[in-house]
Amino acid sequence: MSKYLVDKFLYTIDRDPELVERYREDPAGTLEWWERDEAGRILNCPTGEASTWLSFTDVERTALAAHDHVALFGLGAHPFLTLTLWIAMFERDFTEPLGMQLDYAAKLAHLGLPYPDIST
Amino acid sequence: MAKLVAILATTHHPFYYRTSRLPPEQAPPFAAEWVRKVAAYRETLARMRPDVLVMVGSDHFHQLWLDNMPQFLVGKAPFYDANYYNEEREFGLPRLLLTGHEELSTHILRAGLDAGFDLAFSNELRVDHSITCPILTVRPDNDLPVVPIYTNIFAPPLPRPERFVALGRTLRAVIESWPSELRVAVIGTGHLSLELGGPRQFGPHGPDPEFDARAVEWIANGDIDGCLANVTLDSLHAPGNATHGFMDFMLMMGVAGYAKADYADNLDLFHTMEAYFTWYPNGADA
Repeated sequence: MSKYLVDKFLYTIDRDPELVERYREDPAGTLEWWERDEAGRILNCPTGEASTWLSFTDVERTALAAHDHVALFGLGAHPFLTLTLWIAMFERDFTEPLGMQLDYAAKLAHLGLPYPDIST
Repeated sequence: MAKLVAILATTHHPFYYRTSRLPPEQAPPFAAEWVRKVAAYRETLARMRPDVLVMVGSDHFHQLWLDNMPQFLVGKAPFYDANYYNEEREFGLPRLLLTGHEELSTHILRAGLDAGFDLAFSNELRVDHSITCPILTVRPDNDLPVVPIYTNIFAPPLPRPERFVALGRTLRAVIESWPSELRVAVIGTGHLSLELGGPRQFGPHGPDPEFDARAVEWIANGDIDGCLANVTLDSLHAPGNATHGFMDFMLMMGVAGYAKADYADNLDLFHTMEAYFTWYPNGADA
């Protein structure tokens, strides 16, 4: 159940330019706020219809708070969500075109098939 | 009855728009050849003078999400806003407004349901680059009404490859049964081998050039049986973790049937193989 919440976190942050910056600058604080106030929101519904059962595991919370894309890959987070958000947050820190994407891949280079199951 | 005048199947590379607009001194070395190939491919649609476009693509977690994920969805709206903030951010894609064709959407839904596909529909669909990239490449004036059809190639569990081929066959029959005098083209976009968010991403070629070469042969030759004999839902992980988008190519093979493509071209780019195919099901003079 919590893998769904990891993907939901990545999805909702990636869609909002203010949240992209907030997560880049203060990952632990953003995560704490999001899990407390946002995790239970049913998307496209009024807040009064919130879910009540969603929370991260400690391992997931640690990975997200550390911007640890290698750990998230291992947990089965959807790689498209992680990659696009990481590009938004960190591509600016690299001078070479695709430098960030290649660094992202190099940090996963020790991993081979089969990759973790990404189904939720 | 409506006339199916062209079937186009292609990759949808979101960096094409930005690359094609760079001045020559800033453009990468492959840009000019890429632009030439897309222009030639565009002509394969323009020469058939279509009136309406049925466009097959896949949402990339933009409008559709894991709280309610349809396997196959037909847009049924008068207009479609297009492209999202994170596509502007990452690819430089412009926001677009596409005109819908609700009558054809209604027909595809009714006839598709009757043919055994429990199609989802949306009266308020915002489409993304899987639909807008082919607009920008083969119909840049954005002057025709569209019916978008989304497939799930992204969020497991996915339909099996055979189901994509079967939907393509059904889609062709449904379009050809539409009581209309309009000329219809079907344009679908997918991937060859592709890795995103994994260790094999953004290499000098696609992650599996051997798969790409075989895939191009299957599509160009209309070799549906050979393709199905070699591709399964499980095997598609091997050429790259995003290669399930190849099933949208298989859907287009279903639309085209066993015919050889009338036009086939490809271009080896960094991290992916671009590919372009066109069929004229009623002949090039239809």
